[in-house]
This record gives sequence, structure tokens and C-alpha cells, in this order.
Amino acid sequence: MATNAASPAHDDHAHEDHPLPHGWRRYLYSTNHKDIGTLYIIFAVIAGLIGFLLSFAIRLELQEPGIQIFPALASVLSGDGSIDAAKNLYNVFITAHGVIMIFFLVMPALIGGFGNWFVPLMIGAPDMAFPRMNNISFWLLPASFLLLLTSMFVDGSTGFKGFGGGWVFYPPFSSTAGTPGPSMDFVILSLHLAGASSILGAINFITTIFNMRAPGMTLHRMPLFAWSVLVTAFLLVLALPVLAGAITMLLTDRNFQTAFFNPEKGGDPILFQHLFWFFGHPEVYILILPGFGIISQIVSTFSRKPVFGYLGMAYAMVAIGVVGFVVWAHHMYTVGLSLNTQRYFVFATMVIAVPTGVKIFSWIATMWGGSISLRLPMIWAIGFIFLFTLGGVTGVVLANAGIDRALHETYYVVAHFHYTMSLGAVFSIFAGFYYWFPKMTGYMYNETLGKLHFWLLFIGVNTVFFPQHFLGLAGMPRRYIDYPDAYALWNWWSSFGAEITAVSVLVFLYVVWEAFSKKRVAGDNPWGPGATTLEWTLPSPPPFHQYETLPRISGGDH
Amino acid sequence: MKEPTAKSGARNRAVALPVAAAALGMLGMAFAAVPLYRAFCAATGYGGTTQVSKAAPTVEGTRVLSVRFDTNIAAALPWTLTPEIPVVDVRAGETKTVFFKAHNASDHAISAVAGYNVSPEQSGAFFDKISCFCFSEQRLEAGETAEWPVVFYLDPALEKDATMAHVDNITLSYVLYPVADKSAAAAERKF
Repeated sequence: MATNAASPAHDDHAHEDHPLPHGWRRYLYSTNHKDIGTLYIIFAVIAGLIGFLLSFAIRLELQEPGIQIFPALASVLSGDGSIDAAKNLYNVFITAHGVIMIFFLVMPALIGGFGNWFVPLMIGAPDMAFPRMNNISFWLLPASFLLLLTSMFVDGSTGFKGFGGGWVFYPPFSSTAGTPGPSMDFVILSLHLAGASSILGAINFITTIFNMRAPGMTLHRMPLFAWSVLVTAFLLVLALPVLAGAITMLLTDRNFQTAFFNPEKGGDPILFQHLFWFFGHPEVYILILPGFGIISQIVSTFSRKPVFGYLGMAYAMVAIGVVGFVVWAHHMYTVGLSLNTQRYFVFATMVIAVPTGVKIFSWIATMWGGSISLRLPMIWAIGFIFLFTLGGVTGVVLANAGIDRALHETYYVVAHFHYTMSLGAVFSIFAGFYYWFPKMTGYMYNETLGKLHFWLLFIGVNTVFFPQHFLGLAGMPRRYIDYPDAYALWNWWSSFGAEITAVSVLVFLYVVWEAFSKKRVAGDNPWGPGATTLEWTLPSPPPFHQYETLPRISGGDH
Repeated sequence: MKEPTAKSGARNRAVALPVAAAALGMLGMAFAAVPLYRAFCAATGYGGTTQVSKAAPTVEGTRVLSVRFDTNIAAALPWTLTPEIPVVDVRAGETKTVFFKAHNASDHAISAVAGYNVSPEQSGAFFDKISCFCFSEQRLEAGETAEWPVVFYLDPALEKDATMAHVDNITLSYVLYPVADKSAAAAERKF
């Protein structure tokens, strides 16, 4: 991306007619894309820590056969320390862990956080198209998160607190038959708010990217991160309303005697699964596509080369988005699909490996022959490529309906989607965080400590999830608090990995604290000539309002 | 920062409104999926949904399959339902009538409706019912016993279908659910 910024577009006197907001008003009433992005990132870190603590409790419980931790947790959280309450709480924890990590960590961090911060900067826009709508997009999220946390403490299935049916909310367990208490209603309303937040955000991104690119910034010159957010925004607009519809039907089934999913009155619970996964499968691409964009920027920056096959990379994301809408039933091979239906979904699912492969190979080709500097963001990016590829390979295995018969609902599936999400998406978040931290704050962190964070997390999560492939192949099912002794060895190692991961989380918090306390000035562009996108032409941190004079973009390389 | 001009506002709306309409359209599609899904199942036999036929078939097939009957009663319904014969051999294209004996063991009249499908699921497309008690709501007085006929045939087209080649047994399954009285349901309502 050749950038000929016409003039440094950030003179301080430009703000004279427009006093900067201060204190709590600056954030609560914020219409500034950078402040809202910061809010999203802080929110994601807090929600991510809570989601991590939930999973840490799960792993501590599973370290040894038997039930050790959860009776005590249940007696603290719900006042009932019985084994049954412990089993229920375990399932409440996995449900909340899934929902929090998806809706309150990965989506706010990648789309709301980095998307808000860097899409306007990268395309040369002064702000988002609808700044006030941007504000409501963010502030719906804390309300939504509060509803979800509340759901854990109100009545759920008979005699217990919280909803324990997993993030997929399948009826009949999520209907009044399985969960008569109001906790499921809290979960539904929480998702309504989170969904509304994301849809509004998506409308904002699409309008911003279509209408507010700087002169010369054609769609085909746009940085790949902006492309990734554009495709993600379309997926959000098309997929989330289907989830909203499905959970609204569930809500009326629960409260107003409708029978969308109730077979007694002619409904069909399998229909919920179709609707859910019509949303759910695009959702996993919503989680990973912005990460793809971040990795493209980082690999290009630290290889000092334009990304290999720019147009192929952009349209690979479009292809992943489109095909992602027609593969949903590969989550449902065991519900009784006809043989030909299964054949189609196996084929369509495997087709996705093609554009995904285009991306993986293009990243490698970008590095090939490049002047690679292994700075911290690049190490995270390479870690991402390695882990995501591993998760993709097990995805192709699971795409086969025949193999899926045996592996459905086992730890093999858990390992697969954590390699793509927990390791893939989260590594891309950390990669983006370390890449843009100097830009967002103006401070440089301690790279050695950051590398310690990387290696601890890399070793930690691989120790958590690689053995889960063995457990799944050996037939260990998901969603149980206990297991036969035969599975003890690899569960111990998996939990040991979680303990390493916990140390890495502490190191991460220390890295951030250290960077803010040492205040090492990062400079406009700490990454050198490889960092060619527009945000590096601005000071660090960028001024409250940037591009008073719009930059002009010329040249066709990326 | 420059205040947004009227022109940029109109341009932004020109993008945002169609996108918002697309989101609302997808919400509508989610609800439209309910009748579409039902129609799809009825048309294709998906999920073991049996077909409804007006008349007996005109061609006779050669394959003979055994059809088993499975009956289930919802926990809240004090009824029994028993087929007169547990398994019956049926030649493709041959029309069969099987009676089901239903009994209301309670001391009051109750209405019920049957949910049903066949297994394996792909046989739904070839399992045609001409008459069935499951087509409508049934009512039994206190202690009443009734004999309900099911008239069905297997479509000879199944002999040409590859996925039916290894299917020799088909199970027709019923679940009887109570139907709440309109007045009783109103009285039961909590709000």
C-alpha cells in the first residue's frame, strides 16, 4: 500500500472549535471510533478473564477422575453443595464459557476493538459513518453481559441455578421441558442484545467502508484487515438475524405457548438446530476472518513485502464467507439426514478448505524470500498460522460424515474447535494487540516479556488441547464432569497445560502494566518500512480527530 | 472534525438502509423457515415424514418388506395404544389395513393427537397413508376403547431407489400427546 499522505493531517489548532470531552463523559457519551475501540478492548479483556476463569475451573475439575472442585463451587455460588448441583454447575460453566468467549471476548476484541480502531485509520476516514450508533453498539454489550452473568444465578432446570445446555441452546433442554426456570430467558435476552449490538456495528462498518474511503483508496487497494472486517460485517448482517429469530421462537415457546420446537403441538426441535447452525457456522467465520486480516497485515509488515496474492487473499475471504452459509448441517450429521444430504454437506464443507488453503499458502509465500524480522507480533502471527492449520486439518477429518459418527460430541471436536478458536482466534487477537499496542497507546511494551507470554501460552494451550485429540479418539464424550480412569493420563496433562496457560495470562497482564508504567515512547512507526498502511503515518497515539485533510492514495501495490 | 453534510448523510443512508433491510429480511426468513421446513419435510419425506395418498396404487411391485409398529404415550396421557399385530409383511404396491386399539383408562374424556414418523428416515418418501387416526385429533370418553384403522401402502418406486436397496424393515412409530381443552388451558394459564 503506497501512501502519499498529502499533508500531516493532524494540526492541534484544528480542535479549537471542538473541545475534547473529559472524564466519564468521554467514554459513556463517546462517538469517537478510537475511544469506542478502546472500550471494546477493555471489555473484551475483562470478559475474557472471566471466561478463562470458568474454563480453568473446568480443567481443575478434570485433572483427576472423580468430582473434586465443583461441589465446593456450587455451595458458594448457589448454596447447594450436592453432587447433582455440582454436575449442573459444571454444565452451567461450560455454557457460560462458550457464550462469553464467543460473544464477549472474540467478537468485541476483533470486530468492535480492532475494527473500530483501525478500519477508519486504514481507509483514511475521519471516523465511522454513524458515530452515535457506534456508541449504542458498544453500550448494549455490558447490558448483555450482565444478563448472561445473571442467568447463572437464577433458577434453571428443576432444583438448580443457571442454564447448562451449552452455547447451542438445543431444545427440548432449553425449552420449559428441560429448563423451566427463568435462567434460559436471561440467556435469550442477553443474546438479543449482543446480536443487536453486532448488527448495528456491522451496518456501521459496511457504510463506513463503502462511503468513507479516502480519495484513491479503491476497494482493491484497501488493506486486507479492512477487507476482512467488511466480509465479517456482511456475515453478521445475514447470520445474526437468523439466531435472533430462532431464540425468539424459543422465547415464545417458553413463555407464550407457541409450539415452534414442541413436538406435542406439531413443532420440531430439529428445526431449531437447522436455524441455529445456519447462524452458527457463519459465526465461526465471523470469529476468525478479522484474525485472518490481522495476520495478513502482520506477515506483510515483518516480511517487508506486500502480501502475496492480494486479490486472491481478499476474494478467498469472500469465498469463505459465501460457502460458510451452505455447510451448516455438518454440525448435524447424526440427526438423521438422508445419505445424499450428508454427501452434499461433506463435499461443501471440504470445499472451504480450498480458499482457506489459499490464505495459508499466501501467508507462507509472503514470508518466502522476505526480509523477515521476528519481532513479537510476527511470532504471534506465525504461531497463529501453525495452530490454525492444525485445527483446519482436524476440521477436514470431522467433515466426513462417516468419521463424524464416531467423533461427534467427543473431545476430538473440542480439540478441533479450540485449535481454530481458542488458539487461532485468540492468537490473532494477541498478534493484533502487540502489533497495534504502540499505535493505540504510544508506549512500547517489553518485547522479551511479550515473548515469554507467547511461549508460555503456546506451550500451555498445546498441552491443553493436543491430548484432547487422543481423548476424543478414545471416545471420551464432551460435557461431563467426570470420566472413567482410562482417560486419566491425558486429562492430567490437559489440565497441567491449563495451569501453564494461567501463568501466561498473568504474564500478559504484567506486560500491559509494565508498558504503561515504563512509558517507553514508541514513535509513529516502530515497525520500520514494512508497515505501509495509513495508521503508521499518524502519531502514536493518533490525535483525537485524524485526517482533517484526507490522505490521497496512489499506486497499486499492497 | 467537519460536521457531516446533508449529502454525506444521504449517501450513508443509501448504504445503511438496504443493509438494515437485509438484516430484517433474514429475520423474516428465519420465521418463514418454519412453514417452509414443514412443507419440505412433507414433500420429500425428510425426517421420516410419511406421505398422504388419496387412493391405492395401480402398479404392484415385487419386493416384500416387513413393517413394524411402535406406539408411545406421553407421560401425561392415561391411555394405551396397541397395534393388532406387531409386524406385518407388505409387498410394495399392496394396500394394507392395520387396526390400533386405543383405550382411555381415566375417568374423564380426553382428546389426543398423534405425532408419527417412519424409520429409517429415507423410507418416509415411499410410505403412503390413505387413512390414519393420526390425521386428526381423537377423543375418547372415560374408559372408552376404540379401534382405529391405518390404511397404507409402500410406493413401488422404492424398488428403484438406491438408498432403499438394503432396507428390509420399516418401523412406523406413533406418539400420542394429550390435547389440552381450550377452556382448561385458559384456566391453567398462569397470567
